[in-house]
Amino acid sequence: MKTTDSAVQIKNPGQNQIYAIQMREITKTFGSVVANKKVMLDLKKGEILSLLGENGSGKTTLMNMLSGIYHPDEGYIFINGKEVSIQSPRDAYKYGIGMIHQHFTLVDVFTAAENVILGLNDGSKFDRKEVSRKVSEIASRYGFEIDPEKKIYEMSVSQKQTLEIIKALYRGADILILDEPTAVLTPQETDKLFAVMRNMKKDGKSIIIITHKLNEVMEISDRVAVLRKGEYIGCVDTSETSPQALTDMMVGRATTLDIDRPDPVDPEPRLVIEGLTCIDHEGVKRLDNVSFTANSGEILGIAGIAGSGQKELLEAIAGLYPVSKGTITYKPKDKSEMSLVGMDPLLIKKSGIAMSFVPEDRLGMGLVGSMGMTGNMMLRSWRKNRGFFVNRKDPNQLANQILKNLEVVTPSTEFPVRRLSGGNVQKVLVGREIASAPAVLMTAYAVRGLDINTSYTIYNLLTEQKTKGVAVIYVGEDLDVLLALCDRLIVLCGGQVSGVVDCRNITKEEVGLLMTKYRKEGASHD
Amino acid sequence: MDLTSFLTLFHSAVVFGTVILFGALGEILTEKSGNLNLGVPGIMYLGGISGLTASFIYENGNPNASGLVSALLALISAFVFSALGGLLYSFLTITLRTNQNVTGLTLTIFGGGLANFLGGMLQKFSGGVGQVKVGKAADTFGIYIKSIAGTDTSHPLYAIFGYGWLTYIAIAIAIAIFFFLGKTRTGLNLRAVGENPATADAAGINVTVYKYLGTCIGAGISGFGGLYYTMNYIGGTWANDGTIEALGWLAVALVIFATWRPINAVWGAYLFGIAYWAYLYIAGLNRHTLELFKMLPYVVTLIVLIFVSLRRKKEDQPPAHLGLPYFREDR
Repeated sequence: MKTTDSAVQIKNPGQNQIYAIQMREITKTFGSVVANKKVMLDLKKGEILSLLGENGSGKTTLMNMLSGIYHPDEGYIFINGKEVSIQSPRDAYKYGIGMIHQHFTLVDVFTAAENVILGLNDGSKFDRKEVSRKVSEIASRYGFEIDPEKKIYEMSVSQKQTLEIIKALYRGADILILDEPTAVLTPQETDKLFAVMRNMKKDGKSIIIITHKLNEVMEISDRVAVLRKGEYIGCVDTSETSPQALTDMMVGRATTLDIDRPDPVDPEPRLVIEGLTCIDHEGVKRLDNVSFTANSGEILGIAGIAGSGQKELLEAIAGLYPVSKGTITYKPKDKSEMSLVGMDPLLIKKSGIAMSFVPEDRLGMGLVGSMGMTGNMMLRSWRKNRGFFVNRKDPNQLANQILKNLEVVTPSTEFPVRRLSGGNVQKVLVGREIASAPAVLMTAYAVRGLDINTSYTIYNLLTEQKTKGVAVIYVGEDLDVLLALCDRLIVLCGGQVSGVVDCRNITKEEVGLLMTKYRKEGASHD
Repeated sequence: MDLTSFLTLFHSAVVFGTVILFGALGEILTEKSGNLNLGVPGIMYLGGISGLTASFIYENGNPNASGLVSALLALISAFVFSALGGLLYSFLTITLRTNQNVTGLTLTIFGGGLANFLGGMLQKFSGGVGQVKVGKAADTFGIYIKSIAGTDTSHPLYAIFGYGWLTYIAIAIAIAIFFFLGKTRTGLNLRAVGENPATADAAGINVTVYKYLGTCIGAGISGFGGLYYTMNYIGGTWANDGTIEALGWLAVALVIFATWRPINAVWGAYLFGIAYWAYLYIAGLNRHTLELFKMLPYVVTLIVLIFVSLRRKKEDQPPAHLGLPYFREDR
């Protein structure tokens, strides 16, 4: 591993004008959790630096200390060679730092222009037209498209992100920090974003991009800084490294990138969906004539751009979303048939249908955040309980079993799950759902926000369920994973099925095309 | 109903409406900062009693008391003490992050208790129930331009110009808040704090300061509602009958009715006034059935709520972060 000279130098960087940002010995703790421990980071002027690390490695925390959301407990920050103390987001702007957060910081009922000037007070008159004009000017300079008078709630995710970047530029940011900007974008939108980033770099801006997608790191950045478990591991030139080397730095030990995929054994239809159509309360068709079959002993992947109907599909099957038309038929092993349309989750459960659902919103729909592991186990099992008082013994046993088998990191089974890290929360949820021995297991974005190790734990758990004969439905966003993990893949596009493909005989590009098949816009810009 | 009785109804509706208009305008400002202050009735109590007490102390045993000074003292004192109520609420909910609903309701109970206690004391000083009198202040508050409005209470001009000047101040405040929220940077920032404090924070807006100021100034304005009640509505005395509290709740309802828009609050307040007094002008009501008609303002609010929720227009919804605490490192 080759590290640059500056990485060795810990303190006293001096009046070095090559660097836009230098962070030295930064430590930040939250209670007893050390988020950053003596971290250092250098950002050269006019470069794109990737900040790479697994989830929970402290990337966002470190960047939040530059954007003024947090203040370091210890350490020094130098901007353009001068030591600074960034106490608030306002200070960050003063030093030319603009951060684009993963969760957008926009006011929904405001227009784009109103959001841009929010919090600014340069003493000038509040002139909406002038602001709109300036916004359009910035947009055209870097190759964005934006309507300054559009309300945020009418915007797509990618438009919101664009606006966030314009907001930072409008405030005169020279240093831009993007926190996992591609997580919510389609491949095409990602390409556009990268083009804009290159334009900004050409214009002399320095950019830090937080990510854990290695292909993007390789594509966009000049250098890569790696954090692991809150500690600084090193910084390398992108041209001199490889995805494998970066993974080693990230996880500290070699992890195989292959997912074990045994062939399905005796698949038989378990869940047959025909002509499913769902209309939301605003009259928009969320699902349009969707038909497919989920087989036992098979992982059925569902791909698509975010918001193509994945959520509605799973919720309709689980009895949480109203079905306008079509049938959902459950076919248990004994060859009987049962229609799920019109059933709510309670009825589905009472009918003896063993269905498990790992929802996207883990702490909202999946678990009760303020309860411990035991309490959350009980959510699934309390009905079995007889008598007036609850039986905590069995759920506690189950909780301990999950804690041990899945290596959940928690002080105790009574510790509120809300305070666990994302990966541990997901382990608790998946563990619970699998423990109920389902015939159908549905997961929505099961590895979103999880680090590589936890992701593999989840993949292995799903594959294990598959070999047990469970019909697994896996809604995912990472095409590489979908193609490596699933047996068959359904591609959703605008609520319609645009393709059902065999994962063993298709390329990522082909799936990408299917994802945008029915889209009228999007591809036209390229 | 003929024009004459409508004009009399309208006149009493405006006087009634102004009490709740002040309450609602203050609450709109407060709620725009994201604080759901259910202490409006208590704050109106504080405004009413502190204004009255200030005038009383000044006028009592002072035959040369000036009406102008007395009124000014009442105004300042009403604003300051109501704002202090808002400050107490702010300290509890913003700094100590107590539950806003509980704190607001407590403030209502506190304000009502304190006001009625002090009101009782004033009555004791002045010799008995109904004996409290701050004539000079009340007269000053009641001044209107007789040359335009005339004295004929059934004349249309009187129905427009025949009110004490605080009535017009209320409208002026409504317009001022409208411009402040929609046309100024500070107003935009305040709305951002109520909609999405994390965003406001990241944009470099001092969320705590905005919340404190929005709530305290809002409370000060709400307090004028209580002052208007004691000075204009019941003519410079004190009544321990709990009307201020009832009107305070109507003010909260008016905020919802107006969908957080100050200009809507103006005509909404007068409409509430008409709805409230309508029973006097409906023939054949007895003591039991008239109580049903007193529900009208609340029924109207319910209907508006139903319509607003059916239309689901984003702009008609309450500030998105209303009622929730904000703490930067909680994100």
